[in-house]
Amino acid sequence: MLMFIIRRLVQTVPVIIGVTFVVFFIMQLVPGDPAVLLAGEGASKDTIEAIREQLGLNRPLYVQYFDYLMNLANGDFGVSLKNSQPVLDEILVRLPITLELALFSILITIVLGMGAGIISAVKPYSMQDVGVMLVALIGISLPSFWFGLMLMYFFSVKLQILPVAGWDSLLHVILPALTLGAGGAAIVARMTRSSMLDVIRQDYIRTARAKGLRERLIIYKHALRNALIPVITVVGLQFGALLGGTVLVESIFAINGLGRMIVDAIRMRDLPMVQGGVLFASLIFVIVNLFVDVFYRFFNKRIELN
Amino acid sequence: MNEKNKPILEVKGLKTYFTTKRGVSKAVDGIDFTLHKGETLGIVGESGCGKSITSLSILRLIPSPPGKIAGGSILFKGNDLVTMSENEMRKVRGNEISMIFQEPMTSLNPVIPVGEQIAEALRLHQKMGRREAWAKSVEMLKLVGIPSPEKRAKQEPFQLSGGMRQRVMIAMALACTPEVLIADEPTTALDVTIQAQILALIKDLQTKIGMGVIMITHDLGVVAETCDKVAVMYAGNIVEHATTEQIFANPKHPYTQGLLASLPKIYEDQEELRTIEGSVPSSYNMPAGCRFASRCPYQEAICTAQQPELVEQSDGSKVRCWKYTEQWTGQVEQEEVV
Repeated sequence: MLMFIIRRLVQTVPVIIGVTFVVFFIMQLVPGDPAVLLAGEGASKDTIEAIREQLGLNRPLYVQYFDYLMNLANGDFGVSLKNSQPVLDEILVRLPITLELALFSILITIVLGMGAGIISAVKPYSMQDVGVMLVALIGISLPSFWFGLMLMYFFSVKLQILPVAGWDSLLHVILPALTLGAGGAAIVARMTRSSMLDVIRQDYIRTARAKGLRERLIIYKHALRNALIPVITVVGLQFGALLGGTVLVESIFAINGLGRMIVDAIRMRDLPMVQGGVLFASLIFVIVNLFVDVFYRFFNKRIELN
Repeated sequence: MNEKNKPILEVKGLKTYFTTKRGVSKAVDGIDFTLHKGETLGIVGESGCGKSITSLSILRLIPSPPGKIAGGSILFKGNDLVTMSENEMRKVRGNEISMIFQEPMTSLNPVIPVGEQIAEALRLHQKMGRREAWAKSVEMLKLVGIPSPEKRAKQEPFQLSGGMRQRVMIAMALACTPEVLIADEPTTALDVTIQAQILALIKDLQTKIGMGVIMITHDLGVVAETCDKVAVMYAGNIVEHATTEQIFANPKHPYTQGLLASLPKIYEDQEELRTIEGSVPSSYNMPAGCRFASRCPYQEAICTAQQPELVEQSDGSKVRCWKYTEQWTGQVEQEEVV
């Protein structure tokens, strides 16, 4: 198991280098010149050129890229073009907030999604199944920016039981996490249901019944562990979608997380900031995938890493 | 009838139907048989004749819906399993009546160590502690001839060969020393060498524990080797019920005769293998008369008009065929049948 984790960790290195490559060059394709933006309206050509010179933007791209990589290897993410603060400092302030949001959201996705899926699968085609699956269908269909606003309107404006926006207490987490986790929960619910229904038809479930086990034990011990294998993959994928979702949700709920930081940085053409933000988001995603693989192997020992 | 001769399992008029969009499939349509302590009853017949549905019905494991026990009774030590509550039924399953399934590759849970799969039934029915149940399950694995059982018990099914998995299934079924063992094609998926070992193992344990065994198979060789008496099933009915000697020496029902005739023979030069012409009627749409009539070489008018009853013969065997009744005219004499 340890060997597996180590090997899997080594494999993430080229992935991360690939990410830096893509992020760096995509940012070059984005229209708009940071030097022009920084110099402000009506600045002279000389000023702009001076800024470009100062930031090293006049060098060839590949030189800039290798420079960037070398700095990264030394833990230097560059400085923000906007306020000349180190990018890493800013990220380290914002990252915990986004991680907290993501963690609560994925928790909602897992608990709500799997719970609903099991409830549905235990009595297929019953009223409870149809009801749960209808809610799940709505959950998948709702765009998160609209759902977030509706939650805000209902719980914060009408009922006034939860804060509208901001990030001060645990109460502030509820609405954004719900907004972010709902879509994933709906997908996980549907996946859990179909996976459970598939597993319940298997011969080994009949064997478990023939042993005289209680239905509850059959569901939770014999069926669920097998049914979860494909669900884990879906949860992992959902985490990726969820990271993308933080950009929207943090903007709606005015949360100063990584997502919002990236949006602001893009608006300002603050290249080092965008690169740093996206790199960290990718890093989280890679780590989550690693966890998924480890879990996957834990649940299903037949998997061997070649 | 003294206590010893009282049957432990008595199936009377069992009917298991499946209701689907196409209509009602009468998979098992009124069958009777009894099983005594220490006895082995073979149930034979081709695929789809209702053998497996019969065995699943006894443990009430028919997937419902669409399946349903539509009539009859299954008396186990005098109690009717058909009307028993689900709670009481659970105490019977795996404890007093166990089952070995025909697919060793898929009948074990792929993510649970095999030792645990045996131990859980022991904890449940025998109220054993965790450690005691584990020790017993290792002992069971040893009993069914699995080498280094301590190591194997901790492994998951994918680490075991097909033969070993079937042994695990047997160990699981026998762990609680059941009074009745239902073995549904226990050796079909196995190599011939393993097959003989598994059959010998069941036989051996049967004499030790004294359980009654229902051996469900389509393999007449297995029947000859293991069974005391045989019920031949065809299209949801029992068409002949006799001792194993009677079945092989003097088969009465034309279907049984056909089955035996279709066995390839080593000592004769055969140009081609013999078959029974025609096919089984659909379980959704059974004919009014004898279900074998359309394939039967002796067919008379009465055969297609009315279904025969299972009638006891002078030698104690039972046959469901007009040929052995007074209504039989015997007009159509067999020329082609040898």
